[in-house]
Amino acid sequence: MAKKHKWQDLIKDPLNENNPITVQVLGICSALAITVKLMPAIVMSLSVMVVVALSNVIVSLLRNYIPNRIRIIVQLLVVATLVILVDQILKAYAYDVSKELSVFVGLIITNCIVMGRLEAFALANKPWDSFLDGIGNGAGYGLVLIIVAFFRELLGSGTLFDHKVIPQWLYDHGYVNNAMMLLPAMALITVGIFIWVQRSMFPQLTEKE
Amino acid sequence: MKFIEKFFNKYEHLFLEGGKYEKLRPAYMAMFTFMFTPDETTKKGAHIRDAVDLKRVMFTVVLALIPATLFGMWNVGHQYYLQAGTEVSNMEQFMYGFWKVLPMIIVSYAVGLGIEFYFAVLRGHEVNEGYLVSGLLIPLIMPVTIPLWILAVSVAFAVVIGKEVFGGTGMNIVNPALTARAFAFFAYPTFMSGNEVWIPKPETVDAYSGETILGALGQGHEIAYTWKEMFMGTIPGSVGETSVVMILIGAVLLLLTRVASWRIMVSGFLGAALMALVFNLWGANTLMQLPWWQHLLVGGLAFGVVFMATDPVTAAQTRRGKWIYGFLIGVFAILIRVFNPAYPEGVMLAILLLNVVAPTIDYYVVQANIKKRMKRFEKQTA
Repeated sequence: MAKKHKWQDLIKDPLNENNPITVQVLGICSALAITVKLMPAIVMSLSVMVVVALSNVIVSLLRNYIPNRIRIIVQLLVVATLVILVDQILKAYAYDVSKELSVFVGLIITNCIVMGRLEAFALANKPWDSFLDGIGNGAGYGLVLIIVAFFRELLGSGTLFDHKVIPQWLYDHGYVNNAMMLLPAMALITVGIFIWVQRSMFPQLTEKE
Repeated sequence: MKFIEKFFNKYEHLFLEGGKYEKLRPAYMAMFTFMFTPDETTKKGAHIRDAVDLKRVMFTVVLALIPATLFGMWNVGHQYYLQAGTEVSNMEQFMYGFWKVLPMIIVSYAVGLGIEFYFAVLRGHEVNEGYLVSGLLIPLIMPVTIPLWILAVSVAFAVVIGKEVFGGTGMNIVNPALTARAFAFFAYPTFMSGNEVWIPKPETVDAYSGETILGALGQGHEIAYTWKEMFMGTIPGSVGETSVVMILIGAVLLLLTRVASWRIMVSGFLGAALMALVFNLWGANTLMQLPWWQHLLVGGLAFGVVFMATDPVTAAQTRRGKWIYGFLIGVFAILIRVFNPAYPEGVMLAILLLNVVAPTIDYYVVQANIKKRMKRFEKQTA
């Protein structure tokens, strides 16, 4: 029943050809909300990666015992528990970032990527494969998030990790930060440009008409 | 003219198939058809011959914009010397504005056409004339003091994100010129609003205030201009939008040549007048108390309704749809203007909003027509 998966593919595919954000188009809302600065984006990516990977493993272990009709409730329970754990750990050890991420850590519960991977993969595959799939999808999500956040922080605030990177002499010559980069609308456009560039580089991703 | 033709003929072989610059053929063809009429004709089928093509249509709009452009240049100089407190001749005022506005126009065309050429070569299609109009519109709807690099970035954004991602001229959803303005407005707000951006700061004075009429009203200030000045356009504002007279001259040309839809223009002004009238009756703040007909004279309303709302690509296509589309632009322009003093340029946002909604309006107009005819058909056959 379960297909044999090469472990390299499980990690590699979601990074590009089956990227959760740009190809599956899941988890867009959090990608728009927390990519203003690089640091929160990285923390968010790690949190999602941990939640997807661990919930994948747990659901995969339970997959033969979960009655099909209540599987969504069981999955939600697993995901919610993990998210609360992550949230508490962030509050304890990285309070500042946790404050910046505010409600969005809690909202990982509703992140479509998590439920999507549970339904599409973990319910039908072995724990180890599911774990790798979770790591891969978390990394694919994080990759987009970090690239988008990089450009938004650089062009919107002129900083990276809150350090000034755009030299002062540019400002002296009339350069100003692009305030639109800080608005969610520009995050959507940046993700759009990312998808455009990606599909130009890998034409096989373009939908057939 | 012969020597230009010779020049083109001499180098044509380089751009033909197998030539050295085969890939740059769209660029060559663009320059060639800009100078000469191509002798290619459609081979199959019957065609009605007409001198009007995309190039003529676009050029008519550029012609219609020229009065507003020239007046805008003069007005820039006029406002500047008014603030500086020196009296100079009309010619000097014009020349001052000319040297301020010309670089904006050059930058706009250079960046915009550069990107268009690049995409045409990349995709192997012809360069078309869509940017001729946008390239002149963009400098006309910007404050004259805008740094040229911001103008260039806005143009690049508008052409790439507003137009090329959708497939180029004729495929865009929102008006490219307004996309450029909206981008500059949200990305660099300090250069796009306030009371110091509309007039170049004279070096001889320490402080001055050149706020627009809408800006002043938004702050609850009195306005220092008569309605005649608003109509003539000797008021601060974006380069080309101030003079209603010059815009109306352009509008007459557009209507005579039937390039723009009179339905959109009429319903646009109608919607704005009605909405302003409603606010007059309410009268809760200075913006609401501005007489309804003066609402039509100030800000970018006239310019937007005449030149931007009538853009055939982004407007509604059906006749009834055009009435609805224009009317709603007028209504929303005044609504945004009055309710949100932070966005005195309600016209820009109103047109962009209706651009997005236009296909939906058309859809429902067509559906309503189908329903009506179905009913008639049923009646006849029953």
